[in-house]
Formats: sequence, C-alpha cells, structure tokens
Amino acid sequence: MVTSGERLRRMLALVPYVMSRRSVPVKEAAERFGMSERELISDLNLVWCVELKSPDPYCPIDLSYEGGEISVSESESIVRPLRLDKDEVPAMLTTLRWLEPQASTDAEADAIRRTIDKLEEAVGTALAAASGQIAADTRSPEGAVKAYSASVRQALAARCRLHLRYYVPARDETTERDVDPMRLLVVEGRSYLEGWCYRAEETRRFRLDRILDLSVLDVPVSLPEQAAPADVEQGLFRPSESDLTVELELEPGAQWVPEYYPCESVAELGEGRLRITLRTPDPGWVRRLALRLGDTARVVSPPELAADVRDTAAAALAQYAE
Amino acid sequence: MSKRRTERLLSIVVLLLSARRYLTADEIRASVIGYPEQDDAFKRMFERDKEELRDLGIPLETGLINPLDDETGYRISQQDYALPEITLEADEAAMLGIAAQAWEGAFLAGAATGALQKLRAGGVDDSTVPGFEPRLHTQEAAFGPLWEAVRDRRLVTFSYRALASTETLKRTLEPWGLVNRDGRWYVAGHDRLRAGTRVFRLSRIAGPVKMAGRPGGITVPEGTDVRSLVARWWTKPDNERGTAVLRIREGAGHTLRRREDARAEPDGPGWDRVSVSYPLGEPWYTEHLATFGPDVIVLEPPPLRDAVIEHLKGMLP
Repeated sequence: MVTSGERLRRMLALVPYVMSRRSVPVKEAAERFGMSERELISDLNLVWCVELKSPDPYCPIDLSYEGGEISVSESESIVRPLRLDKDEVPAMLTTLRWLEPQASTDAEADAIRRTIDKLEEAVGTALAAASGQIAADTRSPEGAVKAYSASVRQALAARCRLHLRYYVPARDETTERDVDPMRLLVVEGRSYLEGWCYRAEETRRFRLDRILDLSVLDVPVSLPEQAAPADVEQGLFRPSESDLTVELELEPGAQWVPEYYPCESVAELGEGRLRITLRTPDPGWVRRLALRLGDTARVVSPPELAADVRDTAAAALAQYAE
Repeated sequence: MSKRRTERLLSIVVLLLSARRYLTADEIRASVIGYPEQDDAFKRMFERDKEELRDLGIPLETGLINPLDDETGYRISQQDYALPEITLEADEAAMLGIAAQAWEGAFLAGAATGALQKLRAGGVDDSTVPGFEPRLHTQEAAFGPLWEAVRDRRLVTFSYRALASTETLKRTLEPWGLVNRDGRWYVAGHDRLRAGTRVFRLSRIAGPVKMAGRPGGITVPEGTDVRSLVARWWTKPDNERGTAVLRIREGAGHTLRRREDARAEPDGPGWDRVSVSYPLGEPWYTEHLATFGPDVIVLEPPPLRDAVIEHLKGMLP
C-alpha cells in the first residue's frame, strides 16, 4: 500500500514524464512507474480532478488518456520533475562511483564518469558533496579477473557459450566445463559468472578469481528451460532442503564465522562461546573450515563429519611424523 | 492513506508553484478544497500537510508577506523545486539504469527508484545492459538508522562487540559516513568514548542504534574522506615476506601454486616441491595451509612447520 506522500511523489513525476514526451501509452507509463494500468488511471484521474477555487474555480491540469495514449494539454506549474532529494542523490552517485572501476571497457568507464558529472551538475554542489558521506569500494578487478569480466560481458552480449577451466577449492581440484552465461554478478565484493553449467547440468555461479582460463566459444547459447537465475537479494548462500545440517561449537577466536556465513541458528554458550547451525551442500567446505579454525571450533554433528575432520587432521599430522 | 489528502497536497504544490508572491495560510485555505471550517482543525491539518511536503523534499519557503507587518506566507520557487535540464547519451543512460538497479532489495532501493522516476520525468530514457548485475546489499540491521544519522548529522549510541571480544561496549559516535568495503558496511566517525576517530563494522553492532542528538548536531570536519578512513583501517601494512618450501600432492594446493613467485619441481611420484613467498607473522597463513590437510606439508622454515603441526594437534583429543 502506498502512502499519500509516495503517491504524490509519483504523480509529480508522472505529469512531467508525459509532458517531456508529448504522449505516452498507458501501458508503457504503468511499466515505467511500476504500477498496474488501473492504478495509473486512478492517479491520472486524481491529477485531472485537482481544482483550485479562489478567486475563481479552475482546474490547473488538463490531460487525457483516450485510446490508451496519455497526453497533458495543460499544466501551468508542474512542468519539471522535483529535484532529487537527500536520499536519492547519494543512492545514485554512490553506485555510479562504485561502478566506475568495475567497468569492463574504457568506453564504459568513460560513460560512467560522464553520467556522474552530469548528475552532480544537475543536483547542485551541496547535495553532490554530501553524497560523499556514503561510499562503496570493491576490490577492483585486476589483471586476469578484469579480462575475464570483459570476456563474460562480451559473451553475454553476443549470446555465446563459454569454456572455463575452474578451480574448486572445496575439493582442491581443477575442472573443465562449458557454460551458457546468464549474467555477470558483482555481489559482496566479488564478481561471479552465473550460467548453465553443462558439467553439473544445473545453474551454477563461478567466482571470476577462481577461473584459470576462459574462452568464448563460437557456439550460440541454448539455455534449457530449467535454467533460472538464483535470488541473491538475501545474500549468496541460500540453503536448500537437500543440504547437510552441521552443528559447530566456536571458541571466542572463531566468532567471525557467523558474520561471514549465514547460520540457521546462533546460541551463546557463555564466556564468548557460540553454538551455530549452518547448512551446506558441500561437507568438504565444512571440513576445510574446521581445519582452518583448528582448536577454536569443534564439529558437534553430524558425527561422521566430526570423525572425518579428526581423521583428516590426524592424516596430515602423520605426514609430518614420517 | 487517503485520496483526499493526496489531492489536497497536490493542490497546494500546484498553487504555490504558480504563485508570484507568498500566500498566507488563509489564502491557501481559500483556494484548496478539503480544509475544515474550524480554525483549530484547519491549523492542525495545515501543519501536518506542511511537514509532509517538506518530508517529500518539496522546498516550501516561509517569508514575510509584507515587510511592515509580521504575517508570514508560503511559496515554492520553481528554481528550487525543478530538476535542472539533464540530457544523457544512450551509453550514459544505460549506466544510470545499472546504477539504480544496484540497490535492488536493499535499504536505498526506494530512493534509487525515486531518483530514476524523476530523471525519466526530466526526459531521460534509461536502459540497462542485460546480464550485468552489480549489487550492493544492506543486510546489516544497523544500516537504516546509521544512514539516517549520517545524512541528518546526528549523534548516535550503540553497543559494539570488538573482534575476539566477548563483551559489548556502549559507544557514542558522531557518524561521519558509511563505507562499503567488499560487501560489508562500516561507519567512520568520532568516538566520544575513545576521544578519537574510529571505524566500526556494522555487523558487529549488537542491538539497536539510537539517536542521541538533534539533527544537525554534529559537524563533520572539513576535508574528511570517509572512504580513505575506512581503507586505512582496513588494509594492513604489507608484511615482510619469507620463503616457504611446501610438499604438495600433484593436482592439489592450487591457490598456493597460483602465486606468481611460486616455483614447483617434482618431488617423487605424485608429489611436487613448491617454494613460494608468504607473509611473516600472519596466523591466517598457517590456518590456510592447514585447510589442505594431508595434501600439503610444510618442509621449511621450521617455525612455519611447527605452527602448522601445533594447529593440527589442537584438533585432536
């Protein structure tokens, strides 16, 4: 449900939107403003009904949407949209500034810089300066990753298949695979290629910094029907029903774990110790995590995984005894 | 929400934008449909309307109608109201679209959409580049209140848990800015408890962030660059490096072999001997070596070898 304020904000944009384009199809305007055609018509009716009664009653805005085509024939005062506000300016400038070093080509970086300059000029010095109070930095892609990122973008544009040599750390192995690219994501500080992997026969995400080699094939993409982009809004790690549930006890030195990996539950055990539950499709990942944490963590369940971690540590120690 | 309220607010905007002078509250009341007859009820309603308009960013100005008496009036200047002309080329408009989408599902998503609507209303036809989806998330609960505090320059208090510490300490912070580094949010500012510049990670803030001062109550020192404050706090000085000699199983230890200065030679069937530089005095490197289990053995130097053995022993009963 929109508030009266939000609705007003929308209408104040809608009128100049139509005016700056002479006329706009109802369908297109509804899409651009993210509402149904019915909501749009009801907004248009409201705008049209505005009446001022002094000294003589008159209707300041005249418009029509006959034949599904909106046009504004009269609007004496609402000609331009309202300026961007103190949330909108940083929302736009922060992301543009963040994107600049991640551009895949010099031309794109240049387009971003030009957009920033034009926006800064349009919003005025004060707001442009204040927007520096919020900033984002992502390790800008270097060397190989930058080149892979450009190749992925190129393959996406040309709708071409990719061949990857890819490192899988959980199994510490290198794999070869063909992938139909779906999108290039930059999330939580890293770049990922998401696509249909013909080796796994499912939608997979590949970290660009784990790609060892990448080539764009002269084969058109043919995505199977079940290829669907994952929802990354709530973070990259999305537990699934088939995942293994793992319980760990953490000493104070391992408190960073629940900050980095989404947990099903985190319970305080006193003295800074935590008991966490997390889900993963890959027990190898937990084994490596446990090996990293050493004596600051203990796998509680499943018992087989706890035994596996102990056995791996013992096997490693045995190598040193030789 | 009420349709009548929206209609009334829109009427005020239209009226005041076209007015050539300040209009009194009574003049506004006479022109705009929907205000009550009783003076008290009108005053209350008009106050709320003014507040709502200002919240929306509408520059509602107050001024004296006539320099000789003290009756105030209202107007909205077109100059302050209207977005200046902005024309974007196709490649610029595409970048604008991508930038606006980056907040999808995040705290500033609504602001980005609002900005885009206004820019479109100003004649910009944005587009996107299909398949390129950079995203900035704001999953930390502290983001919203801290953003408001930074924007409105308000003092805040919150409880903070330092790394590897079990206790939380109450902090009073003059927040200067928010910075996202590799997907995580940090706030930088003047910490009153420690009487110095400090950086806090939002995910370590426990419980609510409370406003502890009025808007405009703090001053950000001239020339403050929050981005570099966080970057400085975040990047450690480069460690001195030593050379490690590792025995690595064939096909394993890829991230170790991957370093530019790594040199590998065969070391018996199924094994390689790899020499590679490593940061001295960094526990994380020991931990990293341990993750390879029996596939990586440290041969040299003895302190690193001992550290890995010690780490592994700690895992056995």
